[in-house]
Amino acid sequence: MFGAGGGTSSYREAEETDLVLLWGSNARETHPIFFHHLLRGVRNGARLVAVDPRRTTSAEWADLWLGIDVGSDIALANAMAREIIHAGLADREFIARATTGYDDYAKCVEPYTLERAEAETGVSAAAIREVALEYGRTDRAMICWTLGITEHHNAVDNVLALINLALLTGKVGRYGCGLNPLRGQNNVQGGGDMGAIPNRLPGFQDVEDPEKRAPFEKAWKAVVPPKRGYHLSQMFESMERGEMKAVYIVGENPARSEADQTRAVRLLSSLDHLVVQDIFLTQTAELAHVVLPAAAGWAESDGTVTSSERRVQRVRRALDPPAGARDDIEIISELARRLGCDWGQPTAEQVWDECRSLSPMHTGMAYARLDELGGIQWPCPDESHPGTQFLHARLWKDPVEGPRAPFSVVEHDPPVDKLTEEFPIRLTTGRRLDSFNTGVQTGAYSSPLRQREALLLSPADGARLGIADGERVRASSRRGSVEVPVRFDATLRPGLAFLTLHFPDQVATNVLTIDATDPKSGTAEFKASAIRVDKLSTSVS
Amino acid sequence: MSSPVFVGVPRRMLQVSIDGHDVQVMEGMTILDACGRLGIDTPTLCNLETLTPVNVCRVCVVEVEGSRVLVPACSRKVEPGMKIQTDSERVRHSRRLVLELLGSSVDMSLCAPEVHGWMSRYGAQPQRFGPGAATVAQPVKVDNDLYVRDYSRCILCYKCVEACGVDAQNTFAIGVAGRGFEAHISTEFTVGLPESACVYCGNCIGVCPTGALMFKSEHDMRQADTWDENKQHVTETVCPYCGVGCMLELHVQDNSIVKVTSPLDHSVTSGHLCVKGRFGFQFVQRRGSG
Repeated sequence: MFGAGGGTSSYREAEETDLVLLWGSNARETHPIFFHHLLRGVRNGARLVAVDPRRTTSAEWADLWLGIDVGSDIALANAMAREIIHAGLADREFIARATTGYDDYAKCVEPYTLERAEAETGVSAAAIREVALEYGRTDRAMICWTLGITEHHNAVDNVLALINLALLTGKVGRYGCGLNPLRGQNNVQGGGDMGAIPNRLPGFQDVEDPEKRAPFEKAWKAVVPPKRGYHLSQMFESMERGEMKAVYIVGENPARSEADQTRAVRLLSSLDHLVVQDIFLTQTAELAHVVLPAAAGWAESDGTVTSSERRVQRVRRALDPPAGARDDIEIISELARRLGCDWGQPTAEQVWDECRSLSPMHTGMAYARLDELGGIQWPCPDESHPGTQFLHARLWKDPVEGPRAPFSVVEHDPPVDKLTEEFPIRLTTGRRLDSFNTGVQTGAYSSPLRQREALLLSPADGARLGIADGERVRASSRRGSVEVPVRFDATLRPGLAFLTLHFPDQVATNVLTIDATDPKSGTAEFKASAIRVDKLSTSVS
Repeated sequence: MSSPVFVGVPRRMLQVSIDGHDVQVMEGMTILDACGRLGIDTPTLCNLETLTPVNVCRVCVVEVEGSRVLVPACSRKVEPGMKIQTDSERVRHSRRLVLELLGSSVDMSLCAPEVHGWMSRYGAQPQRFGPGAATVAQPVKVDNDLYVRDYSRCILCYKCVEACGVDAQNTFAIGVAGRGFEAHISTEFTVGLPESACVYCGNCIGVCPTGALMFKSEHDMRQADTWDENKQHVTETVCPYCGVGCMLELHVQDNSIVKVTSPLDHSVTSGHLCVKGRFGFQFVQRRGSG
C-alpha cells in the first residue's frame, strides 16, 4: 500500500477491531488460523461483513453477507464511497492532511448511485447503504481480502477501490484499522519483499531508480539491469512472440496453474530450453530439458519466509532431503559457478545478512532476533527496533511524514469473459479447506474431508437444465470443455458455478478459465469465466 | 482524529499469603499464577494457558482460610489478604484421591512425566481400589487416516471440547455426553468422525494431556513398537501452505516427520493449526517413490 506492498495490520488487531469487511475471501477455509483471530474479534463484539458471490463457510459467521455478482467489486466500493460522502462521514481532516486526489475521486464515485450499484452488483441498495454507513461510522474497521479481489483482469483497480474506502474514512494507520491482503502461499509476501517482482529490488526498492540500484551494484560489483523485467503473463506473451526462448522455473507449476492451460503447455513445450527446479517432477518439469531436484524450503533447508502480517519468520532444516535433491542456494551458487561467477557456498544466514545490508526495512532482523522474538514484522530498520505492528501511522502525524497517500480514480469494468446466451453461467474458482492449489502437496495426505472434484451448481440451475445431482455433464467455455460430475450446492445463487484447481487430473479446470490478465499485476481472471453446462447425451462433442 | 489505544485497566498489587510467605501479586491473577510466581509446582490436568479454565479435574485445589471447601487454584482469582495453603494435609489428601480415582479408572501411562511425579509426591496408589475397580477401558476408535481416539485414556478434562469450541476452532464437533461415570466425549449422536462436523484441525490432539487423542502415525508406530521419543528431535519451522505463517514443530524420527505441533506461546497460532498444517506434511517424504 502506498509504495510498500504488504498488509497494514497485525492479526492481533482483528481481535480488537469493531468491524471487519471480509471481501472476496473465504478465510475460514483458506486462512483458518487468521480466521481464529477474526473469530476472537467477533466474540469480542466485532461485526463481520462478508462480500462474496458464494455464501461461504466464512459468510456463515457474518452479520451480513453481500452476495455480490462476480467482478462487480468496484461498483460496490464506489457506491459505498458515494454513500459515505453524502452522509457526511468522510474524514475531511484526514483527507485534507494526508491524501491527494480527493476531488477527482469524489467526482468519479458520484455516478455510482445505489440504484446503479444494485443493478451492477446484485446486492440490494439497502444492504450497500447499511455497510457503507457502518464502515463510515465505526471507529475501527479493517478490510481483508484474498483472490476474490486479485484474480481479475482489473485486480489492481479492485485493490485501489478498497484503499480508497480506507482513505476516505481515515481507516488506515491506526490500531484496529487497515487494509490486508491475506497471502495465499507461505512466502508470497516474502517473494515480493525480496524483489521477486519485475520492478523491485529487495525491500521494495525501485529498480529503475539509479540511487536505489547503486548500493546493490557496489555490493555485487556488477551492473543491475536498469529496466523492469516481465511479470508472468508478459513472459508468456514474449514466448508467444518467439522472443523468450529459454525459461528457468523455480518452484512453480504453470503447466497446471496457468489460466488457459492448453496455451500455457503449448508455449512451454515450444521453448528452446526449459529448466525446472522443483521438489517434485511436476507436469511442468515433465516438459523440461533439465530438471534440478530441490530440497523442500520449509523442512529441508534454512531460511526465512514472510507472512501476511509482514512477519519474517525462520524456516529450519528438520529433514535430510532425498538423495540428489539440493538446497536452492546451493543449486543457484553452483549454476553461478558454472557461468563463471564464484559466489562460494553461502549459508542461508549469510545470504540473509547480505539482504539486511541492502534492504533498510530488514536491517534489524538478525537471525538471533528472529529466533528470540518468534519473527519480526517489517519495517525493522535496526537491531534495537521491535518491528512494526501496523503501517502508515505516519499519515496521522501533523504534518504528515513522507508522501501523502493518493486516492485513485477507478471505474467498474466487468469480467472479460462475457455472459451470453451461449455461455450463460458464471464459473468462479477457489480453494477448499483441506487442499491447496494444484494439489501437488495436499494430494499426498489422506483427508477424510476430500470429495471427488465436481462442478458445484445451484439446485435451481440443475432443475432448469434438467440435470440431476451427481450427473456427469459437459462444461464448456470459449476456450475448451471438460466432462465433470455435478454436485448441487445451496450456497451458490442461480447462475453461479464453482470449481477448484486442486484436482487437475480429475477435472482440468484451467481448460475453462480465461487468461485475461491485469496489465499491472499480471494476474489472470481465474475468478470469472463464462461457461455453458450441457447434458452429455445432448452435447455436441 | 486518531483514537487512543486501550491498554487495560491499571492493576493494583495485592498482598496475599501462600504457605506462610507474604507475597505481592497483581490483581486479576489466579492462585495458580501466584503459586507459579513463588516457584510452587501445582499439579494441573484440565488447565492450559490458551484455554478458558473449566476447573473440572480438581487436582489443583488449595486451602483458602475462611473457605468451607477447597478451591481450584486455576480459576480462583487472588483477593486481598487471602491466606492460602498449597501443601496442607487436606490439600495433599484431596490431590491424592483425585489422582487415585483417575489412575484406577483411566490408562494414564502416556501422561506427561510430571503427572507421574505428582502421583508419587502425593503417594497415590490407584491399585488400592482392587482389580474390580470400574474403568473406562474400551477399544480405540480408528475411523479415519489422520487421528485416533482412545477413550480408555480420557480423563474428561474438557480441553478437546474447548479447543474444538469457542476457545479456538469454533467447530463444535465434540461435547461431553452422559452423566457421572458414564460421562464421555462424543460427537453428535456418537457418529464416527467422518460423519461428524470435524474438520480435522487436530487442535484437540494438540491440547490432550493423556494421549487419548493421537496422530494415527503415532498410534501405528506405537502398535508396531517403533515409536521412540529418544530418537526424535523437534524443529520449529513455518507451515508450507497459506500465507498466515503458522509456526510448526516438526517431530522427526529416522528422517521422517511423525507428528506436527505448534508452540502454545506463538502469537500467530497459540498452538492451533488447520488440517493442512497439522497433517499435510506427507508430500515432503513421499518423493522419489513414484
